[in-house]
Amino acid sequence: METLAFQGVVGLSMAMYLWLISAGLTIIFGVLGVINFAHGSLFMLGAYLAFTFYGLLGWNFWLAILLSLAGTAVVGWVMERFFLRYLYGVDEAYQLLLTFGFVLIMDDAVKMIWGGVFRIPDIPTFLEGHWPVFGRPFPVYNAFIIAAGIVVGIVLWLGFERTWWGRTVRATASDREMANAIGVNVPRVFSGVFMLGAMLAALGGALGTPVRVVSPGLGAAMIIQAFVITVIGGLGNLKGAFVGSLIVGVLSAYGTLLFPVFELALIYLIMAVVLLVRPQGLFAR
Amino acid sequence: MDVGPVASAGRPRILTPGRSAIGGLILALLLLPLVGGQYAQYVAIQVLILSLFALGFNILFGYTGLLSFGQAGFYAVGAYGCAKLLLLKPSLLFGVIGGTLLAGAAALVLGVLCIRHTRIYFSMLTLAFGMMIFSMALKWRDFTGGDDGLVGIPRAPLEIPGLVSVSMASMGRYYYFVLVVSLLAIGIAYRLVHSPLGLTFQGIRDSEGRMAFTGVSVRAYRLIAFVIAGLYAGLAGALLPALENTVTPPVAHWTTSADPVLATLLGGIQAFAGPIVGAFLFFMIKDIIVRFTEYWLIWLGIIVVVLVMGFRGGVVSLATARWRALRPGREAP
Repeated sequence: METLAFQGVVGLSMAMYLWLISAGLTIIFGVLGVINFAHGSLFMLGAYLAFTFYGLLGWNFWLAILLSLAGTAVVGWVMERFFLRYLYGVDEAYQLLLTFGFVLIMDDAVKMIWGGVFRIPDIPTFLEGHWPVFGRPFPVYNAFIIAAGIVVGIVLWLGFERTWWGRTVRATASDREMANAIGVNVPRVFSGVFMLGAMLAALGGALGTPVRVVSPGLGAAMIIQAFVITVIGGLGNLKGAFVGSLIVGVLSAYGTLLFPVFELALIYLIMAVVLLVRPQGLFAR
Repeated sequence: MDVGPVASAGRPRILTPGRSAIGGLILALLLLPLVGGQYAQYVAIQVLILSLFALGFNILFGYTGLLSFGQAGFYAVGAYGCAKLLLLKPSLLFGVIGGTLLAGAAALVLGVLCIRHTRIYFSMLTLAFGMMIFSMALKWRDFTGGDDGLVGIPRAPLEIPGLVSVSMASMGRYYYFVLVVSLLAIGIAYRLVHSPLGLTFQGIRDSEGRMAFTGVSVRAYRLIAFVIAGLYAGLAGALLPALENTVTPPVAHWTTSADPVLATLLGGIQAFAGPIVGAFLFFMIKDIIVRFTEYWLIWLGIIVVVLVMGFRGGVVSLATARWRALRPGREAP
């Protein structure tokens, strides 16, 4: 029984990485209407940048995370401003293909710059150690990840619901032309939202560097899970992405323990069933 | 509606430039083993396999307007199915036909579900089913061999009981087998898309509502397109085991689903020959770039970005536009 409860807590920390990447993916879809195939690659880029600043150069942990967010945001800005912006008028299949082109570019660029797999840097000293949870040592770092994920969730919720900027973005999401007509600078909102999404993915990647191996295949693995989550929660639905992340994170943690053979297939089965029965997602209003 | 490059006005000529080009190409393909070595034949087989894979994909995408990101699933069913059958009974035709039909059956079952959606939701649904097949290939160790895949698959002889039995041991023989099968399949696809069926597909792509008003069951035709794409993916996959002697889970991964997408995009979506030209270009680009750097995917990515930004018609439509511009007497499409 304790094992099961403990595994649930482990799954919870896994769910937070998934939440950060899915939040960005779902926000971008909700506002821009674009499925960003390259979102996993942005996650990976965030991880590599944080790894470089923190692990290789030995800089301050927080500074490293901040720089990785900034760097990924710039890449996101270039993608939106100089490429995606010219494709909003054409078939959405081409937007999908464009972002897939960026997957190929970023995955290989990462290989060129950083090479293969690296050692994992040490956990920052103030986050070291273990707490007893259900009679077992639970790493403080995992607790930190869970807290960080929840804080990001609250900040996003407040930002979208309680600020002028959030209201502008929501207005743009529900009707671009009308927002434009009442004086919203829609192209700037699009750029801002894409950069925000990129930074959320980078944060997920950066926070994982001290405990997860970064490798060039990371992007392809993450994006597919983020797709599953955003579909379960409903494309464009932030609350749904949070719950979806918890479902997939915890399910994978139990799955590897209880039914390793079908764990992987089960997640895709859930995705397919949700698409067929409730394509608007499980948590649509 | 554009019926295709061959439908030209005026008196039919037997030796049109298009036909002589195709004839020359087939002749060149037939003579290839005399000029090229093992490696050239191997690459040519790969090009033909990807051509079939992409051709089927484009019947679904270019002609019917549905972007599938799960074609690797059917490719894998073809490959694993053929491999299993060859291990059971070493007869090439038995394996290839069996693998193709299995993939077609899988496409029929999953297609009924997938065609309930269009656009992005269709793409996501095909992705989910494709990855489900990948998970099975990876985890169902007893049947698929897990990570290691299926190994020691024989390049079985081409047997028709009571008629012939031709050994396929040499690369050259297998090349001719794949070439004949591919030409047949390409011919059938050409007839299909230039038939009323193909026109119906294009009608659904251009205006679903109007097709429904004319009494066409849009869903039924989408399902037919889906099954055709699944059969071609399965045939492409079924030609793989005898070439490589092994089948491993990456054939089912979503990144494999991207190969026909890229080939089609390179060659051109709106042209019948687009996916075939694209498959050729795909391997040429790879072959040329890997001589200079191991990072060829970054260049492929850049090419994809450039194509999507500026040349959405692909190489074939660029070439035909240039061709028409050079011959002003003929009407533009």
